[in-house]
Amino acid sequence: MDKITFREASRAGIAEALKDDSRVFLIGEDVGRYGGCYAVSKGLLDSFGAQRIIDAPLAEAGFVGAGIGAAIGGMRPIVEIMTVNFSLLALDQIINNAATLRHMSGGQISVPVVIRMSCGAGKQLAAQHSHSFEGLYAHIPGLKVLYPGTIGDARYMLKMALDDPDPVIIFEHVMLYNMEAELPEKQTIAPMEKAVIRRTGHDLSIITWGGCLYKAMDAAEQLKTLGIDAEVVDLRCLRPLDRVTILDSVRRTHKALIVDESWKSGGMSAEVSATIAELGLWYLDAPINRVCSAEVPIPYAYHLEQASLPQVAQIIAVAKQMMEPFNASIRDPL
Amino acid sequence: MSNNKLHVNRIHLHFLLKQMIRIRRFEERCVTLYNEEKIRGFLHLYNGEEAIAVGVMQALTAQDAVLATYREHGHALARGLSMDIVMAEMFGKASGCSGGRGGSMHLFDSSQRFYGGSAIVAGALPIAVGIALADKMLQNQAVTCCFFGDGAVAEGEFHESLNLAKLWQLPILFICENNLYAMGTALELEQSNQKIHLKAASYGLASQVIDGMNVVDVEAAAKLACSAIRNGAGPHFIECQTYRFRGHSMFDTQLYRNNDEVEQWKKKGPLIQLTQWLKDNHQIESDELQAIELAVDKEIDAAVRSADAAEIEPVENLLKHVYTEVSHG
Repeated sequence: MDKITFREASRAGIAEALKDDSRVFLIGEDVGRYGGCYAVSKGLLDSFGAQRIIDAPLAEAGFVGAGIGAAIGGMRPIVEIMTVNFSLLALDQIINNAATLRHMSGGQISVPVVIRMSCGAGKQLAAQHSHSFEGLYAHIPGLKVLYPGTIGDARYMLKMALDDPDPVIIFEHVMLYNMEAELPEKQTIAPMEKAVIRRTGHDLSIITWGGCLYKAMDAAEQLKTLGIDAEVVDLRCLRPLDRVTILDSVRRTHKALIVDESWKSGGMSAEVSATIAELGLWYLDAPINRVCSAEVPIPYAYHLEQASLPQVAQIIAVAKQMMEPFNASIRDPL
Repeated sequence: MSNNKLHVNRIHLHFLLKQMIRIRRFEERCVTLYNEEKIRGFLHLYNGEEAIAVGVMQALTAQDAVLATYREHGHALARGLSMDIVMAEMFGKASGCSGGRGGSMHLFDSSQRFYGGSAIVAGALPIAVGIALADKMLQNQAVTCCFFGDGAVAEGEFHESLNLAKLWQLPILFICENNLYAMGTALELEQSNQKIHLKAASYGLASQVIDGMNVVDVEAAAKLACSAIRNGAGPHFIECQTYRFRGHSMFDTQLYRNNDEVEQWKKKGPLIQLTQWLKDNHQIESDELQAIELAVDKEIDAAVRSADAAEIEPVENLLKHVYTEVSHG
């Protein structure tokens, strides 16, 4: 079977949605003539025309709000935000409108909008193009938050998001776009809101998502050669959070290591940790551990950028430490 | 009173007057109920601005969409939401038009395409653009009418929305209710150029400024604009000059303006203006006026009784409507 890239998988998902449903359109900065900042939408303008592949002005609040309004008006818009940092200019529309209108109106208004945005570090794009804010969006009731980390999810999660009657945010890590793999069969893809165990193991659970999934898988491979059998849990959907799968895994492995490209403080890793501590403390044989980004805006220089991000070597080191008898003195509170 | 008076008849003028009186008296009762603590939260009164919502609504059909601000009791009533469901919402009751979850600032009725009630200044403008875009794409012959105040003009979303509306040639009517103050900050302290309609014109919208205290002028301007929009002329902008007779909300000592100014504007008020014209031209008898007031009082009494007696939403339903309920049957 031929391999395809994550980018091609995303594009195929969008193309299928456009083909199958006349209510679907794609709107965003440079999605048409330019072909998309990360070339995801390249070629779609030729296939579907300017009525359905709409180049928006640099007005994030305006065109994201227009997408939300069009969803209220009966369309099924896919809104692309060039990078997650730009989505901060549209936070008012996403949080004050998309997330709240249904509840605030007593259930009268549906907002079936899908908002895709690229995110994550690794391309030396510095502190205004590299962040991971999925935890921020996952904080908000009324939103659903997806973070595909595999080719299969990149291909098929969009359709699930479009079928959902509520607003869905999809994150796409920029380092995944060139990743290649065989496209799995559609029927093998788990439902949108389910976490998936990508690798089974009985020594510890590495819980992660999106851009860190392959770092976790690499680490698990290497740990195997050291005699440590790690399970990798891919959360896929950060809101609602599939707590059952997380707790099931930890109940079997008795150890939880969370890998998150965002910062520890107040982030998604803190929510997962708290879930395990609240509901699964007695399953644990070791303290919960986290490998996250350093608490710094992402720097430009390659060595500094890499030093700020979770790395495979760190995951391995922490996993090995977790397999040792517990020693309180080795934990640095910072 | 107006160059357009030939287009309106006695019955219609009485109807306009009654609509404005309904809003005025409804809100006056709301103040009493607020002081009795039946209504809580913020309460922003439309007192003085009634001619705008009432006039503009005459130009809209059931297919059209309406978006308003947190000062939207008047728009909701003029659009056709019953006083019962609006009052029940003010009381926070389950039978309220937003199920008790919105309150005064978030009145909704999707069956009448009344999309709220937004308490983020200018926050509804991009949504209005999107609704108009959807109607255009779906080839629905509808106008989206979006109300906002002069304060919204300072927000980026105002400018982004006007640009998009014209760029995409959308069927949208922007109504700016310029009451001269963004809460307590006067227009001249907020805007480098206080001619708001010119800002809209700079984006290529057909734009005009009118007397927002004159309901007939408002109706005439809105009808012309809507007719042009329905004929494919793209978005229109009307700046209605008006004045808020009471404070911004219930907690406002009004240190930012003087009494003389308020009194001068009150003389030009929409109810006084229309009533006086009707009297001067022998188009209304005092018993007719009395009958309107009586009917409105009765309607309000009934709404208050019904809201008072209505059930509250059970706390078990607290999490309802955060997401669409999917049946697992």
